[in-house]
Amino acid sequence: MAVIAGRPARGALLPPQLRALTGTRSGALAIFVVRRILWMVPIVFFVIVITFTLMHLAPGSPWDKGGGRQLSDTVVNNLNIRYGLNKPVFTPWFDFSTGHFIPFRWDDQFKLYIWNVAHFDFGLSYQYQGKTVSTLLLESWPYTATIGVLAFLLIIPIGVGLGVVAALRQNTRIDYITMGFATIAASFPNFVIGALMVVAFSVLAYRATGGNFYLPAAGFAMDDSLIMPVVTLALLPIAYTARLTRASTLETIRQDFVRTAWAKGLPERLVVVRHVLKNSLIPVVTTLGPTFAFLVTGSVIVETVFAIPGIGRAFVVAIESRDYPMILGTTILFSLVVAIANLVVDVLYVFIDPRVRLT
Amino acid sequence: MAIPATTVEQLVDWEVPEQQIGLWSDALQRFRRNRLAIAGAVLIAVLVLIAFGSPLLVHLGIIQDPIKQHVEFIESSPGQNGFAIGSDELGRDTFARLLFGSRVSLAVGILVQAIILPIGLAIGLAAGYFGGRIDNLLMRFTDIWYAFPDLLFVLVVVSVFGPSLLTIFGAIALVNWVGLARLVRGQVLSIKEKEFIEAARSSGSPPLKLILKHLLPNSLGPIIVTLTFGIPNAIFLEAVLSFLGVGIQPPTPTWGQMVFDGYEAIYANPTSVVFPALAIGFTLLAFTFVGDGLRDALDPRMRR
Repeated sequence: MAVIAGRPARGALLPPQLRALTGTRSGALAIFVVRRILWMVPIVFFVIVITFTLMHLAPGSPWDKGGGRQLSDTVVNNLNIRYGLNKPVFTPWFDFSTGHFIPFRWDDQFKLYIWNVAHFDFGLSYQYQGKTVSTLLLESWPYTATIGVLAFLLIIPIGVGLGVVAALRQNTRIDYITMGFATIAASFPNFVIGALMVVAFSVLAYRATGGNFYLPAAGFAMDDSLIMPVVTLALLPIAYTARLTRASTLETIRQDFVRTAWAKGLPERLVVVRHVLKNSLIPVVTTLGPTFAFLVTGSVIVETVFAIPGIGRAFVVAIESRDYPMILGTTILFSLVVAIANLVVDVLYVFIDPRVRLT
Repeated sequence: MAIPATTVEQLVDWEVPEQQIGLWSDALQRFRRNRLAIAGAVLIAVLVLIAFGSPLLVHLGIIQDPIKQHVEFIESSPGQNGFAIGSDELGRDTFARLLFGSRVSLAVGILVQAIILPIGLAIGLAAGYFGGRIDNLLMRFTDIWYAFPDLLFVLVVVSVFGPSLLTIFGAIALVNWVGLARLVRGQVLSIKEKEFIEAARSSGSPPLKLILKHLLPNSLGPIIVTLTFGIPNAIFLEAVLSFLGVGIQPPTPTWGQMVFDGYEAIYANPTSVVFPALAIGFTLLAFTFVGDGLRDALDPRMRR
């Protein structure tokens, strides 16, 4: 499987004690999982490096006020000390002007940040005085997680169901309607879909029924206010899953073993579930990783459209007010989620498809 | 067993085309037969006309100035106060802004592709053709890149460097070139082992000629398709930035920003959200149809 990168030939770099493991499938799987987990460390590290560097390239300081009165120098100085911004950002190892190595120091901003992140300390937020980024993230993640999990639960059954039905009834009206829906849902951006749904189900429904029936356009509770955010978030992945499932099912039903299954008189349900679905779902599983990425970016948009105080909304607010520790913390969290999702998918894939080579 | 030539001719229905059809004219024929793709292409052509023609329409007095505020007529509904599809929260004509919004969207969509084409081509060709260290570096780089959701990166870059036209185009290009480079690399890797490349190499073609004359033309189809699908993606990213309030700054009208502005007064005046939202949706749909059509037309395996 072309998923992971940077591996030498099977077992080449392993110590001799571990090399024996590659002979068995479970041993190979264990090594594969460990390697993938270790590979996440440099990925997250580089995400931090890129984001951190970008933040510090930004002109001006975070205490600049847009127009009007600026903070006095003393206040800025105190704020810098409080947030550790008085220390150098990076310390170079070598001074080219003098030709000497610079003594190593631990307390530049970058190394301190990495050190703190390794201890799950993402620093203090700039915009909410005295609150740590971790507190803010902990406060907002239940909203994001609720909507994300509900959307995820919708994606698989609906997406796969639509795709299989469309494929089994290829070139009929059902097929055209399903794929038409999927194409529209895949090309309309989710904020457009969200806004149009608000117009239809909140504004127009309210006007038409005199306020008896409508869906709330904002807010978060365990009631009908969840319907529109979840649907908005799930629509795009559903459309992708449906298109992909249809394509792979069409490929599977032309295979010899499916013809054999029909020929030996299996009922349709068994042919579809046991033979077709089992094989056509394999490529669908690989897209579950990207689906998580969809949900992450989707949460940024959906939470803005429906005014939900989740992590995505917190990220946008942090971007608007240039709250760098918050932006960094959210970015790291998001990329971790995507990396873990990809890892889980790759491992799942090995269990689902015995043909996969573990390399 | 020898079969007489006459029998073979009778057995097989030799359908010899009277005229040799090349890949491109064949693709064009098949593209023309795809009704959705043609509809998309027509819509895009209309959009391009609108984008170029809208300043002229203002000059001729056919539509209003999209920036001019009629403070006495804010949030008009369609047809009211002489606004064809209403006015926004500052009393600006929504119809004129809608027409002008196409300019930013098309510019982002097409210019971003123009930026990433040379970068993606150069790096993808180099990685695919020379392999080794460049290839390794590119692949490691893309692995890291894919851990970063597109939108987040664009948001971070735009927030750091400020929402100017240049940063927005640059940030969107920055997240998009990787996909193209990977595609070109894959194409080159699969083509360079073919016999005709070997033949060209053994007859003494220098690497540059090999790349430009053989590898590039033969991977052109997928590159065109990728670029076509890149256009709606770039338009989407720009619209989202505007919708989140960090995109191209007012008063330049963009569709994403119009949705954002209209959203604040959605109960009073839902039309100011509906029209720009539909404009974004149908533009992306048009590009998707054209992209699908091109993909089917340029894939020789689809030939019947």
